[in-house]
Amino acid sequence: MVDPESRSGSPVAFDPAAAAGWVDAPPRMGFFTDTSVCIGCKACEVACKEWNGVPASGLDLLGMSYDNTGALTANSWRHVAFVEQPRPSGDDSAAPAGAGSTEFLGMPGAAPPGRTGSAHGRSDFRWLMMSDVCKHCTRAGCLDVCPTGALFRTEFGTVVVQEDICNGCGYCVSACPYGVIDRRADDGRAWKCTLCYDRIGAGMTPACAQACPTESIQYGPLDELRDRAAARVATLHERGVPEARLYGHDPSDGVGGDGAFFLLLDEPEVYGLPPDPQVPTGDLPQMWRRAGLAALAMAAGAVAAFLGGRR
Amino acid sequence: MANADVIVIQGSNMAEAHPVGFQWVMEAKRRGAKVFHVDPRFTRTSALADEYLPIRAGTDIALLGGVVNYILSNELDFREYVLAYTNAATLVSEDFVDAEDAEGIFSGFDPQTGSYVQTSWQYAGQEASSGSGHTAAERETAAGLLHESHGAPVAGAVERDETLQHPRCVYQILKRHFARYTPEMVERVCGVPRERFLELARAWTENSGRDRTGCLIYSVGWTQHSVGVQYIRTGAIIQLLLGNVGRPGGGVLALRGHASIQGSTDIPTLFNLLPGYLPMPQHDAHPTFDAWVESIRHPGQKGFWGNARSFAVSLLKAYWGEAATPDNDFCYGYLPRLTGDHGTYQQVLDMIDGKIKGYFLLGQNPAVGSAHGRAQRLGMANLDWLVVRDLFMIESATFWQRGPEVATGEIVPQECRTEVFFLPAASHVEKEGTFTQTQRLLQWREKAVDPPGDARSELWFFYHLGRKLREKLAGSPLPRDRALLDLTWDYPTHGPHAEPDAEAVLREINGYDTTTGRPLAGFAEARDDGSTAVGCWIYSGVYADGVNQAARRRPGQEQDWVAAEWGWAWPANRRTLYNRASADPQGRPWSERKRYVWWDAEAGRWTGHDVPDFEVSKPPSYRPPPDAVGPAAIAGDDPFVMQADGKGWLYAPSGVLDGPLPTHYEPVESPVRNPLYGQQANPTRKMYAHPVNATNPSPPQEHSQVFPYVFTVSRLTEHHTAGGMSRTVAPLAELQPEMFVEVSPELAVLVGLNHLGWAHLISSRAVIEAKVLVTDRVAPLRVEGRVIHQVWLPYHFGFEGLVTGDSANDLFGITLDPNVLIQESKIGTCDVRPGRRPTGPALRELVSDYRVRAGVVPGGNPPAVTPGVSIETTGSTGEGEGNR
Repeated sequence: MVDPESRSGSPVAFDPAAAAGWVDAPPRMGFFTDTSVCIGCKACEVACKEWNGVPASGLDLLGMSYDNTGALTANSWRHVAFVEQPRPSGDDSAAPAGAGSTEFLGMPGAAPPGRTGSAHGRSDFRWLMMSDVCKHCTRAGCLDVCPTGALFRTEFGTVVVQEDICNGCGYCVSACPYGVIDRRADDGRAWKCTLCYDRIGAGMTPACAQACPTESIQYGPLDELRDRAAARVATLHERGVPEARLYGHDPSDGVGGDGAFFLLLDEPEVYGLPPDPQVPTGDLPQMWRRAGLAALAMAAGAVAAFLGGRR
Repeated sequence: MANADVIVIQGSNMAEAHPVGFQWVMEAKRRGAKVFHVDPRFTRTSALADEYLPIRAGTDIALLGGVVNYILSNELDFREYVLAYTNAATLVSEDFVDAEDAEGIFSGFDPQTGSYVQTSWQYAGQEASSGSGHTAAERETAAGLLHESHGAPVAGAVERDETLQHPRCVYQILKRHFARYTPEMVERVCGVPRERFLELARAWTENSGRDRTGCLIYSVGWTQHSVGVQYIRTGAIIQLLLGNVGRPGGGVLALRGHASIQGSTDIPTLFNLLPGYLPMPQHDAHPTFDAWVESIRHPGQKGFWGNARSFAVSLLKAYWGEAATPDNDFCYGYLPRLTGDHGTYQQVLDMIDGKIKGYFLLGQNPAVGSAHGRAQRLGMANLDWLVVRDLFMIESATFWQRGPEVATGEIVPQECRTEVFFLPAASHVEKEGTFTQTQRLLQWREKAVDPPGDARSELWFFYHLGRKLREKLAGSPLPRDRALLDLTWDYPTHGPHAEPDAEAVLREINGYDTTTGRPLAGFAEARDDGSTAVGCWIYSGVYADGVNQAARRRPGQEQDWVAAEWGWAWPANRRTLYNRASADPQGRPWSERKRYVWWDAEAGRWTGHDVPDFEVSKPPSYRPPPDAVGPAAIAGDDPFVMQADGKGWLYAPSGVLDGPLPTHYEPVESPVRNPLYGQQANPTRKMYAHPVNATNPSPPQEHSQVFPYVFTVSRLTEHHTAGGMSRTVAPLAELQPEMFVEVSPELAVLVGLNHLGWAHLISSRAVIEAKVLVTDRVAPLRVEGRVIHQVWLPYHFGFEGLVTGDSANDLFGITLDPNVLIQESKIGTCDVRPGRRPTGPALRELVSDYRVRAGVVPGGNPPAVTPGVSIETTGSTGEGEGNR
């Protein structure tokens, strides 16, 4: 599925800041978002908007549980997803009568709530919350396609849009495998999380992580966060939470690993995350090679035809 | 809290309403604690808890009583602790008749006033010499719980049975009282499956004893009930039985409503209290200073209130300075007196009746945030003047122009007689001062920015208002003006707006020597001769050595886990109250794991991680002489030093107006007949017979099915109380942009509601509309073989701000808890219908129509005593029926 060549080199040691030409770059910084302690308070969303001066995103009751933000957009750089979920099938210790007739697949239903049928004693129920954010990919599609250089790799290994350079072409929007980067309707330019480039440059913690009351959002050197995350998963497994797993931590995945990665309690799809994200520009070298080959072949064919025609 | 081995959260949606404090629940969980959440609906707190128990709203005593019964019938109490530190062994009067034996009413009930004569509840042999007699007057001024802070009087020594076998000892009375609260009964009453209940009871008891502790957390989900005080008492009984008071990871934690609500009871905005829980004097009972002080300190009583005279004199010296002398009783005559119920709901009704002319509203939005919003608005529309100080133009300032009653024609803006003065206020980041949070911790905050435009601090407003009033009255010969003119009103000011110095106020609160001006080191230095002035005696020490102790911010990693140098906690910077109980009767830590405060025999003093809540050199072996009074009468193994017998009270012989033991009563509005007693609701609840007030019928009254559903209201993380600070701010408003009602899928099908469609809810007071959120998080419960549907509403919405909606509190009527006069605003009954509500006069017609169908007569109340319940009137027959 993934062209091995796009993973070539030594992924673990790959340093995007160095690759971007930074000399003596500081350690790569990132987010580890532990959804097992997220209380869905949305302080991250508010702190982000306050610090970054992000405009309002609309007064719409969406009916998606307590999520009235809807998605990561140009005007929402943190987004807390809420997933109301009966226990996955298999745990029917207190399942309401009749609930076993259909198998629950773990997807947030397209149908309105109430899919469990009868509900007396309906308490083995989960409400998953996750604060989503730009992943600051190791191999960032948005960065690869930006024709103006508005998007750049910072010395911290993060990916930032410079709003004074962005020309609003929108190539980056289709290049993001997570659907994160987005254009603002009024000015057409692309906006997304900067991992508070202005704050971290001054040695401060990004606004969302600073505001998080339960340390669900943790900020720090990526290596350290990955160690911490692995330990947390091990602890949760010990305590009988086998469904805990990491997402975006793996440097060998389709985007070379995320600078902002997550601890999830269910499949990524349940949270609206792609299960196997691929950087669309990952195939570019090969595509160019193939296009080049094709062009050569065509040229050769044309020459051959021409020469042949002479005959 | 982080040290707890089990955490039970009930009556609180802590993760949503107290997200910052909730980090300590998460910390405890990280360390391995098990977290339980009991709530009518699945909230963000439930999502983070290990176990969630759904419960029928208003049945918490039945569930907690079930836990008490589980503990006692299996003998799982922490026996050494219970025997030594609680009143379990004390014998109760043989005149006492338990509610268990009398259809839900204790001995001593006076049906005339709907209140108790507490004589028969006393300890044996003290029926005449202690406690209080009739409590009807105490209820009017919420004075019953004065004893909570003052310790109800207990004269002399009490009879005890150390074997706990005597049928009249508290332990046995408790056991009999809760014997019927079985897991099966819990399931019947609360709708909690018994296996889940037993899981809770097991975890709670298994995490108790020498080596383990559990913590109980509640909030206004418990207090705002007509039996709210007794909910908390039941929780306290469990915690005492399990030895979870005064120990790390233990306690009953009351989460306060918002920032510094603890501070506003310490230095009160309540009508019946003065600073430091000194009671407001009563006109008839306390004609003289001596009469007032003696009523607080109860001469001859044991315990720590013996010094009340020093605190009272020092308060009056802080108020009236040099004018206050021993010869004029320190200006005691200047203090206003209570003549009855001056509580907020009585005031609103008095406004409607034209008895109140003017009203100051500060930091409050009753048009949205108080029960029976229509009564609030009609009352405020019938004043001469109304001053509203707020950050934004809130509903309580514009009700006369844009409120729901304007739409129905009940208020005509051109004719509304109230003159409204709106004064912009400075927010908490625009002024300096302290917050006192739930743990009694005072934290100083700096001013970050200047307030915009004409916005000013509360301190500025009251200081300059007082200054101008005094200027206007200067030279007045009238005696009535002396109280104002003699006030100490000399705070230094600074800046272009002459802002008073907040630290100068803190210094006055702390107290000082009136001759030298030296700040006091603590309340022990307060004197009753006028040589000290103290603004709030329990805060004394916060400005010790002339240093603002509340501003201390030594980082946690630079001190031990108790963090005594972060802010300042009252009293005396003590972080855990009654911490003598963290050591065994001999003064040794109960265990190494729970070591906190202990007796150092070599040094001859109490020591430990915290400031000991005990006379520091009184050895555990100390036994008071028989005639001792005051602190000297507290034995070396009596940790509850504010109680007259030094014991934690499993049974309250006085001080709680609705019974010495908690008893399950149904909420005032309930679709269910009380499954435990003939008595349906709290017989002592405070009711107001007023034409604006109406109560939905409940069984055994007829027509309760007109309002078949239970509704409950609370908060969302995204909004702040009545919305004045969140519906007005775009980044918050957009997170929850519309009023909604959460209903179960089953009710949606039953009533015909669609997800994101409209519904309207009707009570005998109002009709409101809301968008429908159908969710599995609300589940019907099976109770007594019936399915009970509950719906939930946020109470944040009103008609002003960026996002607007109908106010949930409009649905409530006015019925209060008898002890503290708090309204029952966590549960009521209603009807739910699909679609939008009518508008204009048709809206009131719909309410009238429902009233007619339900047989509701406005101004009439259901009978306090349920018809058919017989009453043991005297309680002093001496036959001991309760002790069979």
